[in-house]
Amino acid sequence: MSSKQSYRGPGSGGLAIETAGLVKTFGDNRAVDGVDLAVPAGTVYGLLGPNGAGKTTTVKMLATLLRPDGGEAHVFGHDVVRAADTVRGLVSLTGQYASVDEDLTGTENLVLLARLTGHGKKAAYSRAEQLLDAFGLGDAASRQVKNYSGGMRRRIDIAASILNTPDLLFLDEPTTGLDPRSRNQVWDIVRAVVGHGTTVLLTTQYLDEADQLAARIAVIDKGKVIAEGTKGELKASVGAGSVHVRLRHAEQRPQAEEVLRIALDAEVKIEPDPVALTARVGGGAANGQGAAEQASRALAELARTGITVDNFSLGQPSLDEVFLALTGHPSDPEPPSGPGAPQDLKEAEVSR
Amino acid sequence: MSTATTTEAQDLAPVRTESLAELLIAKERPRRPSALSTSLTFGWRAILKIKHVPEQLFDVTAFPIMMVLMYTYLFGGALAGSPREYIQYLLPGILVMSVVMITMYTGVSVNTDIEKGVFDRFRSLPIWRPSTLVGYLLGDALRYAMASAVMLTVGIIMGFRPDSALGVLGGVLLLLVFSFAFSWVWTMFGLLLRTEKSVMGVSMMVLFPLTFLSDIFVKPETMPGWLQAFVNNNPVTHVASAVRGLMAGDWPGADIAWSLGWAGLLVAVFGPVTMRLYNRK
Ligand SMILES: Nc1ncnc2c1ncn2[C@@H]1O[C@H](COP(=O)(O)OP(=O)(O)O)[C@@H](O)[C@H]1O
Ligand SMILES: [Mg+2]
Repeated sequence: MSSKQSYRGPGSGGLAIETAGLVKTFGDNRAVDGVDLAVPAGTVYGLLGPNGAGKTTTVKMLATLLRPDGGEAHVFGHDVVRAADTVRGLVSLTGQYASVDEDLTGTENLVLLARLTGHGKKAAYSRAEQLLDAFGLGDAASRQVKNYSGGMRRRIDIAASILNTPDLLFLDEPTTGLDPRSRNQVWDIVRAVVGHGTTVLLTTQYLDEADQLAARIAVIDKGKVIAEGTKGELKASVGAGSVHVRLRHAEQRPQAEEVLRIALDAEVKIEPDPVALTARVGGGAANGQGAAEQASRALAELARTGITVDNFSLGQPSLDEVFLALTGHPSDPEPPSGPGAPQDLKEAEVSR
Repeated sequence: MSTATTTEAQDLAPVRTESLAELLIAKERPRRPSALSTSLTFGWRAILKIKHVPEQLFDVTAFPIMMVLMYTYLFGGALAGSPREYIQYLLPGILVMSVVMITMYTGVSVNTDIEKGVFDRFRSLPIWRPSTLVGYLLGDALRYAMASAVMLTVGIIMGFRPDSALGVLGGVLLLLVFSFAFSWVWTMFGLLLRTEKSVMGVSMMVLFPLTFLSDIFVKPETMPGWLQAFVNNNPVTHVASAVRGLMAGDWPGADIAWSLGWAGLLVAVFGPVTMRLYNRK
């Protein structure tokens, strides 16, 4: 088993990850219940699901940290159980909870990992310094990680994962609990990493994150993949979002409902609030594209018909809505464990 | 959380994607490091932790000093006529007792550390697997060496007069080897038990009889036969006798052999069990 020479070529059919019927049980709990994945090399693949869906468990099996109870998984063609050591040479893991040593400084953490991956002392220090600079952590280099902010922790964590430019990078909920600004910066890093040929498996609870980064998305619920495809395909089945409209006069609502239904070619939902309406946009023929244009066209149509709109918003579908569309039941998530984890993105304004 | 994010927005420098891009250009990966090299690197991690949290040295400084003072003055007059007389017999033994007792902190720190996310990263590295734990024990060996130095210094101030400086070094070295081996018992419990408290509890249950039922405080001759049988076969007795002999300028070959034999046995049994648990976590 020569792991000196890294195996960079893709596995069968250009796949970075291939799993068949992957199973992991904890007692009676089938945390991962027959997952089939095919992740093309050189892309970002999104694993989207609510808390407790089995995302972390799947990632841990692929990163050789947990032994599958059933099924098979290959990383670049290598079996994660039988060739665990070879797989470890190809992957890097940024876990859901900080996978750096909080007691050590930024520099010490990176030097430690550089030394463990075979860099000499000098090379380790210079690599650590370059990485810290590139990640905007130069000033915090000699501070203990426990004094870092949430965004800084995420950065040092990802920096630790790309010390040796892995062939496959696992990012387990990299932005959960981050403010929007830090979230955007993490996204930039992910784009840079994948731009250099690394395959990224990203787990997330946020549809817009998967939408921003991933080429293909698997929606996972209760240990099973319930939908898989390009994000266009996924959006076609659930709609790109929904438009919420509040009218000035309640008596205009039946008329507005009719106008919207024709303009959006979608079912319009009557809200309990007598002046409110909600309709899905960007689904069906629109194929996930042009949700904003579609919505503004619908609004113009309302204005033309003489209906006064007091207020409207365009939101991405929340994970709940995705699940409702895919399974007919809500996602029923456990409460998020991280502090400040947003519940959903129902009201996230979309400006695209 | 909210304060963290507000300060962050002000003082966090942006990510420099151009320099990041340069770093990402795949380079030839370095050769895989040897088992020794990764173990030493993890030992360095343990030393860094001591550097950042020096309070944890309390147990290897204050505790041993207290042990020497307490037992020398408590038992000295009654058992050997005077504390100064007694310390000649007691010091090597109390040194062994204190260091062996300190080994239990290995279990506690493994237990608290292993739950942290950084272990997932260590476990996903292509390195010799036991090196993470060996590194711990190397760092701990340094702590034991410090405890030994502190105790010897206090002992000498109180009147302990070893006959051979080389013997003192040899005795400490033997004690370090034995403690390194004995620590694998605690790494096992650290991985096996759920909480830090239960690790402490089990440690006390093992350590009290093991250290007290030995020849550290008194010679076994006055004990009842059944107790002598235990005391004479207790590994701690062998180590204490060996260290005592070495410091007195003798060559207690049988006790040294027994001590090393026990050390080998402990690693051979608890090392693999620990690794099994570590891999399964
Ligand atoms: N070590 C474990 N022991 C027992 N149950 C676990 C363990 N890890 C995860 N689970 C359970 O497995 C299910 C999937 O968890 P996880 O993979 O962490 O989900 P996600 O990452 O999608 O939030 C959950 O019901 C969780 O409680
Ligand atoms: Mg998770």
